[in-house]
Amino acid sequence: MAVVVYLESQKGTIKKTGFELASYGRAVADALGEQLIGVGFDLQDTKSINPYGMDVLYNVDTPEGSFFNADRYSSTIAGIASKEKAQVIVVSSSADGRYLGPLLSAKLDAAFLSNVVDLPTQYSPLKVKRSCFTNKAFNRTLSQKECNILSLSSNAFGLNEQQGDVEVRSEPYAEATTDLEVTAIDQATDKVSIADADIVVSGGRGLKGPENWHLIEDLASVLDAATACSKPVSDMGWRPHSEHVGQTGKPVASNLYIAIGVSGAIQHLAGINSSKVKVVINNDPEAPFFKAADYGIVGDAFEVVPKLIEKLKARKH
Amino acid sequence: MNILVCISPVPDTTSKINFKEENTAFETLGIQYVINPNDEFGLTRAVHLQQKVGAKVTVVTVGDTSCEPILRKCLAIGADQAIRVDLQPQDGFQVATQLEALCKKTNYDLIITGRESIDYNGGMVGGLLAVHMGIPYVPNCVHLDLSGNDVALEREIDGGKERLKSSLPLIVGAQKGLVEEKDLIIPNMRGIMQARQKPLEVVSPIEVTAATLVEHYEKPPEKGAVKLVDAEDIDGLIDLLTNEAKVL
Repeated sequence: MAVVVYLESQKGTIKKTGFELASYGRAVADALGEQLIGVGFDLQDTKSINPYGMDVLYNVDTPEGSFFNADRYSSTIAGIASKEKAQVIVVSSSADGRYLGPLLSAKLDAAFLSNVVDLPTQYSPLKVKRSCFTNKAFNRTLSQKECNILSLSSNAFGLNEQQGDVEVRSEPYAEATTDLEVTAIDQATDKVSIADADIVVSGGRGLKGPENWHLIEDLASVLDAATACSKPVSDMGWRPHSEHVGQTGKPVASNLYIAIGVSGAIQHLAGINSSKVKVVINNDPEAPFFKAADYGIVGDAFEVVPKLIEKLKARKH
Repeated sequence: MNILVCISPVPDTTSKINFKEENTAFETLGIQYVINPNDEFGLTRAVHLQQKVGAKVTVVTVGDTSCEPILRKCLAIGADQAIRVDLQPQDGFQVATQLEALCKKTNYDLIITGRESIDYNGGMVGGLLAVHMGIPYVPNCVHLDLSGNDVALEREIDGGKERLKSSLPLIVGAQKGLVEEKDLIIPNMRGIMQARQKPLEVVSPIEVTAATLVEHYEKPPEKGAVKLVDAEDIDGLIDLLTNEAKVL
């Protein structure tokens, strides 16, 4: 019996979400008295997982130059999960994690539980807290299946370091079951993605136009943060869709969310509700965002933000 | 060419969410239902394909009679026919299993679901259905172009886009970007009148038990009041974020 976690990586390096999944998986494995098993693809730094108490890591080699393939990845992970008699499989809530979850669930006849925000409160049958209504509420879901795939909301559990010396094994890459193929990836490699970021800096209509976005970008840059925007901003084409956060955009669950010139429509607040600390800078004291935020400045973004950038830069040195 | 668009009626995005029966059920009183926004992007793309390549567009929902106004709206937007599977589903697994039964009776070349519904956020129907049908699935789909049997697609990924190719049949999980917000079709009077005449078939569900059950709902704890910092006191804000919130 085992708990299996899928470790996402970029260029062979395990992403931070992988460490969070391992921390969560370790806690689940301890509760069940089972082994924690990781699965990664083309990993070059398997030692980086050592501080997270993983017992075994399957490192799967894929052919040179191949891209993420949800079909083959899920078949490979499902194969390992079957072999190890996994009871719980944990994936992240990234685009790839949420892609794999349902495929794994169908391939293993397991239940799929998305947006998990805490450890299960019981295991047989499994019961766990999840967010729903796009973070406007939570529910306690009871599984009816023996094997369960959990997609963990990012930053819901955090990191938990401990001793570990992982045993690395190899595993063949499963064959494709469909003809779907990734042909190319267009990725802004120099930027932190919203899903991976600890801090997200977001701009709204209050910034008056795309030409003023250097304020958002400069602040994000000094904080190593990702940039995001409100729905009207992406609808008007000031910023790409991929930056739109909210109910119909991307969810945000960062440690710090800084909203600049964002009024805080209910749909926007729903999408960012899982962020731990929210800061709003807006010249309208009546903006609904002030009701949702932890800290706020009523002021002109064009005056406040440059000062904030200066102070943060000075602090860095 | 047959396109199936799977529709989930969801509470309007501005809805306040409340629960009843000791927090075991969603309070539907006063809730205005709309087409799940992700599904609506998919439906719009399907109607574009109907106009371009002569595809026949069927919309389907798994739900009780209260879902029929939403299906009529889909017909008014341009779908040719509607199917309602007569079951109040408990989870995405049940929905996917009902759709699978439907797809085994009729061949659909393209099946469109939303990336996720904005109420239960399961995001699983497309993926489950794809594996059950043995066909490919592309979620977070922001581009879809057909050329005969070949499909060119784009999937939004964290920090970028992935380009894919496939052949039909195929399932996609639609989202904003597949069509633009401004391209969404607002039904006109003619569409609404025509929708009344279009077929809406009610299908009996097959028997299947849910994979998960929701036992209890709760709302997030009430938030404390915002701490306001003076616009001149940037150091004060940095100090609070560093020493109180400990996020810097």
